[in-house]
Amino acid sequence: MSGHDHGEDGVSRRKVLECMTWAGTGVLWTITGGVPRSLGIIDSAQAATTPGMTFLQISDSHVGFDKPANPNALGTLEEAVNKINAMPAKPSFMIHTGDITHLSKTAEFDNAERIISQTKLDVHYVPGEHDFLDEEVKFYRERYGRGTKGQGWYSFDAGGVHFIGLVNVVDLKAGGLGNLGAEQLEWLEDDLRGKSKSTPIVLFAHIPLWTVYPQWGWGTEDGARALEYVKGFGSVTVLNGHIHQVMQKVEGNVTFHTARSTAFPQPAPGTAPSPGPMKVEDAKLRSMLGVASVNFTQGDQRLAIIDTPLQG
Amino acid sequence: MKTLTRRDFGVAVAAAVLLPATNARADDMEVHIDNFVFQPAEMKIKVGTTVTWTNRDDIPHTVVSAGKFRSKTLDTDDKFSFTFTNAGDYKYFCSLHPHMTGMIKVE
Repeated sequence: MSGHDHGEDGVSRRKVLECMTWAGTGVLWTITGGVPRSLGIIDSAQAATTPGMTFLQISDSHVGFDKPANPNALGTLEEAVNKINAMPAKPSFMIHTGDITHLSKTAEFDNAERIISQTKLDVHYVPGEHDFLDEEVKFYRERYGRGTKGQGWYSFDAGGVHFIGLVNVVDLKAGGLGNLGAEQLEWLEDDLRGKSKSTPIVLFAHIPLWTVYPQWGWGTEDGARALEYVKGFGSVTVLNGHIHQVMQKVEGNVTFHTARSTAFPQPAPGTAPSPGPMKVEDAKLRSMLGVASVNFTQGDQRLAIIDTPLQG
Repeated sequence: MKTLTRRDFGVAVAAAVLLPATNARADDMEVHIDNFVFQPAEMKIKVGTTVTWTNRDDIPHTVVSAGKFRSKTLDTDDKFSFTFTNAGDYKYFCSLHPHMTGMIKVE
């Protein structure tokens, strides 16, 4: 952050966002009692030696995208997978927070599967709006919907953590944001019933469950209701994609985090006329794409998120 | 001969005057999608007018008016047309990016 010129009114909103983005390129965040603490820049080798369970998040691979912002989205997904395969310690599993494909074409799903399966990891998916574009809206659910409820929501347990995958890209209302809907919220309340409040919870969905920037639709209309249900839990982590950049916020015991895309960057809120793909210099592109790894150490309620760009 | 010529002239003038009124295509309207915005966001048209939407973004969009019309997913440069045969206000939006809204007023 040093060297940033602060305006007379202090740090401008834009500068703060730049710092947040910068923080995402290699800072290990440790969350203790809801307060994030930076442990300094680390490399992925050090991260891998951290004890506990580690899982990966990838997002927004947009396979099929071929516009100027990245003419080869499949290629950068492959680079991300190579990066994952090169990790010194194998993560337990991976989550993909949606927009696997760009246009929900069969070939796009096939190509994504061909590359992602090279990690040889179990992958837990939630859909993005780009995965529900086929005429009958069936390709995603045929592939990834087995054992899920409704439009594809589900939960599972791993390493003592309760994971909940939510769908907030269906039945969107004019003028509104992402949408979970009454049926899913009811299921969520049910799913959490009887869980010990000391169980760490990870909620993941495509569109941010918190309001990042409503002018661009970056938020979920009824996300606050979902967060109401997890309020009493000691450790809650919310992982999203959709906005193609790293952003983090902590509120009480809840940590919100968005992952980079493996396909193309999008502008920081309000810094461009639209949230569309951002064309950057070729040399800079890979510093703005990447994956996130999340480490949970049992017993001390600590959960650390490390964002690793494809390059830089 | 002179009378005939005058009558022919009269018919020709009538045809020229009628032509714009009977040719609906002359009234057809266009909406562009640029930077996640429908432009123009609101449009007043006459019954019978066809409106064509063109997506000029690098991201797909849709054009949906609940219970009235629904486009397929429009990739870059794809178009969708709808002919409005009934008067009324037609609110529409992009079902992928619902903050994108527009209005066609048909009278």
